Amino acid sequence: MRPTEDQVVHELQDRTSPSAESMAALHRRLESGAERDGMLDVAYRTLDTAVGSLLLAATPTGLVRIAYAVQGHEAALEALAAAVSPRILEAPGRLDDAAREIEEYLAGGRRTFDLPLDFALSHGFRQTVQRFLPTIGYGQTYSYTRVAAEVGNPKAVRAVGSACATNPLPLVVPCHRVLPASGSVGRYAGGAEAKSVLLAMERTTTGR
Amino acid sequence: MPPKAPFETVVTDHGPTVLRVCRAVLGSHADAEDAWSETFLAALRAWPDLPADANVEAWLVTIAHRKAIDVVRAHRRHPVPVAEVPERAEQTALPGSVDTDLWREVRALPTKQRQSVAYHYLAGLPYAQVADIIGGSAAAARRAAADGVNRLRAQHTAGFARGDGS
Repeated sequence: MRPTEDQVVHELQDRTSPSAESMAALHRRLESGAERDGMLDVAYRTLDTAVGSLLLAATPTGLVRIAYAVQGHEAALEALAAAVSPRILEAPGRLDDAAREIEEYLAGGRRTFDLPLDFALSHGFRQTVQRFLPTIGYGQTYSYTRVAAEVGNPKAVRAVGSACATNPLPLVVPCHRVLPASGSVGRYAGGAEAKSVLLAMERTTTGR
Repeated sequence: MPPKAPFETVVTDHGPTVLRVCRAVLGSHADAEDAWSETFLAALRAWPDLPADANVEAWLVTIAHRKAIDVVRAHRRHPVPVAEVPERAEQTALPGSVDTDLWREVRALPTKQRQSVAYHYLAGLPYAQVADIIGGSAAAARRAAADGVNRLRAQHTAGFARGDGS
């Protein structure tokens, strides 16, 4: 019996259907081709950690975004597409150093980060504050008021809060070391619980 | 202009379909992979400037059509003296099975029929868009696709349904 048109088409679809391995190999080839041709404007990967799945993204300049799962990885990538470039690929190679240093940090074995950073996602006073934050040492905490004073704008306490809340690089730019004067942990991009975990971890390893 | 989606979503959403199309059009898996790679590199380059209302799949198939032609031309200039072995472990068909016959017969179709079948039946493009890509009218594209499918049907009077009782 002659097969029907549907059977022929179905068979053709079946026979040309790629395996996951084929697609993964082609994806890797695309990543290296894009890197070679200077078209990998943003490379990203995810990293499973004790504070949840983290999205790590980097431009050729440096690490540009770290997003907690609660912030939404997809939303973070869409924001990068709009603000930096839509030439975005999941390409873990560029994030090797960042992933390793973050893992070391979360394991308590690293106190400072040695990574090139790209502050393309922030501007003006917010960026000034964010660039200041890494000078707050491991295990130390500042109040929002103190940060405002340190960056030379003592009245801008609320703006310091906004700068911390919109920090595109949490963990590496340690906004978790800035606390409200009330003594509470305060808000955090990764949730108050993640902030407590980081602060507790830094206190413990500092006390050792 | 509304913001463009991250290109990764284009690869995820359309990568497998474009590879099917390349495989059907080129017959060889290695050639199809070359055409796919060139297609997505070109698409990545042009992605920021693609109009927001563009049909992404039709756009990708149009690029793949040109890249497949480039791959064939490159072979003509630099013939590779190696027997083609399109069937790989990932294919479900056993050597000599009717599936393998279908594969060979797809490759034996006239170019326009093969392209029309791939772009309409595998990529799901309407005939007007198929015609935009391969040239000629929508009616001619429809005829070419129908002729192609009929030819494949005719080659399989024995049928190739696998174990479904027909």
